[in-house]
Amino acid sequence: MAEVKLLKTWSSHFALRVVWALKLKGVQFDSIEEDLSNKSPLLLQHNPVYKKIPVLVHNGRAISESLVILEYIDETWKQYPLLPDDPYERARARFWAKFSDDKVFPSIWGVFIKQGKEQEEAFAQVFENFSFLEEELKGKKFFGGEKIGYADLALGWIAERVFELEEIGVKVIEKEKFPLVSAWMQEFLKVPVIKESLPPHEKLVTKMRGIREKYLGAAHPK
Amino acid sequence: MADEVILLDFWPSMFGMRVRIALAEKGVKYEYKEEDLKNKSPLLLQMNPVHKKIPVLIHNGRPVCESSIIVQYIDEVWKDKAPLLPSDPYQRAQARFWVDFIDKKMYDASTKTWTTKGEEQEAAKKEFFEALKTLEGQLGDKPFFGGDNFGYLDLSLIPFYYTYETFGKSSVEAECPKFKAWVKRCLQRETIAKALPDEKKVLEHASGMSKNLVLE
Repeated sequence: MAEVKLLKTWSSHFALRVVWALKLKGVQFDSIEEDLSNKSPLLLQHNPVYKKIPVLVHNGRAISESLVILEYIDETWKQYPLLPDDPYERARARFWAKFSDDKVFPSIWGVFIKQGKEQEEAFAQVFENFSFLEEELKGKKFFGGEKIGYADLALGWIAERVFELEEIGVKVIEKEKFPLVSAWMQEFLKVPVIKESLPPHEKLVTKMRGIREKYLGAAHPK
Repeated sequence: MADEVILLDFWPSMFGMRVRIALAEKGVKYEYKEEDLKNKSPLLLQMNPVHKKIPVLIHNGRPVCESSIIVQYIDEVWKDKAPLLPSDPYQRAQARFWVDFIDKKMYDASTKTWTTKGEEQEAAKKEFFEALKTLEGQLGDKPFFGGDNFGYLDLSLIPFYYTYETFGKSSVEAECPKFKAWVKRCLQRETIAKALPDEKKVLEHASGMSKNLVLE
């Protein structure tokens, strides 16, 4: 019988993508929680290049990098396809997934670790990125169309983190300015598999608050 | 109906080279359009509004951006000839992982070896060679990264050989003999010889880069 293990942490949004993908496809798997301050021999063995999670181990063979893992999952388990059949639509889905990691995440991180004027300046990049997402969502409920797909899973961390960010005082999106992205975020979080897999809200808020304070403290030492 | 394929590109771009090689491997006829990156064409801005970068493949009027995405697109559309990715999902995942590694670990280091000096340049060279050694480990004794056949990972890495050629030839030859043999094998392929620009031209362009040109 196929054996699937996922090395992850409770808070990593990269690992969460993989959890979502496996659950959408109904694939049974074992979660192995990693302590990144004390990495297990298993993690070091299975991801010697980066020593990071998530790592999917399928029948003893390891795959790393969340977007690579997502494509592997899609090609191995055919139920609930994450990528469309058409090559052009596949290229588009891959484009927006890459955009999430190359552009959106660094821009939101930039706003998250700053305050005052520096933060204001960093917001310009966030707005620009959301404008592109707003444009892409025209005429669509999800990036994948009627159902969530690869691009939604890749971008889904935004929907998931926006509320924690707001709670710690970092408001990254205004409904009036980005109605389609806001609607997408709400619809995405309503999908049962997504909803039931979210990390514990309070625990995440506490963690994120701690990280932000650490960066602000380092930037403006007393 | 005949396919209309246009490639917006910049001749020394390592990312553009990947796409040129892929198109050549598949025998696809296309129109090559050289972009002036200091004066980007309306077509480029229209076809890649998000990044405004080359390469962009325009297939029957529809744009595909990002070299790794373009190469996979080419492999999926022209699937009857010269498969670039392996058919097994685990092997495909490995190929994607290593192309991502090249983009994360080698591109910045490679650019810095052209555009910086002194300590920064030395650090970049070191980083580049370490990445190269890691990749050489993946190659092992196979003729190509894809095994017997030239593929996605091979074409994604070969454009970086210019960096190795100009900045580290002697040490790479000594320390990475398998890589050196692989480079030679690749350069013997007609498709690569056609797609890669002349080494001297690339060196001239690179010395211009040391005086602050932009390579995108």
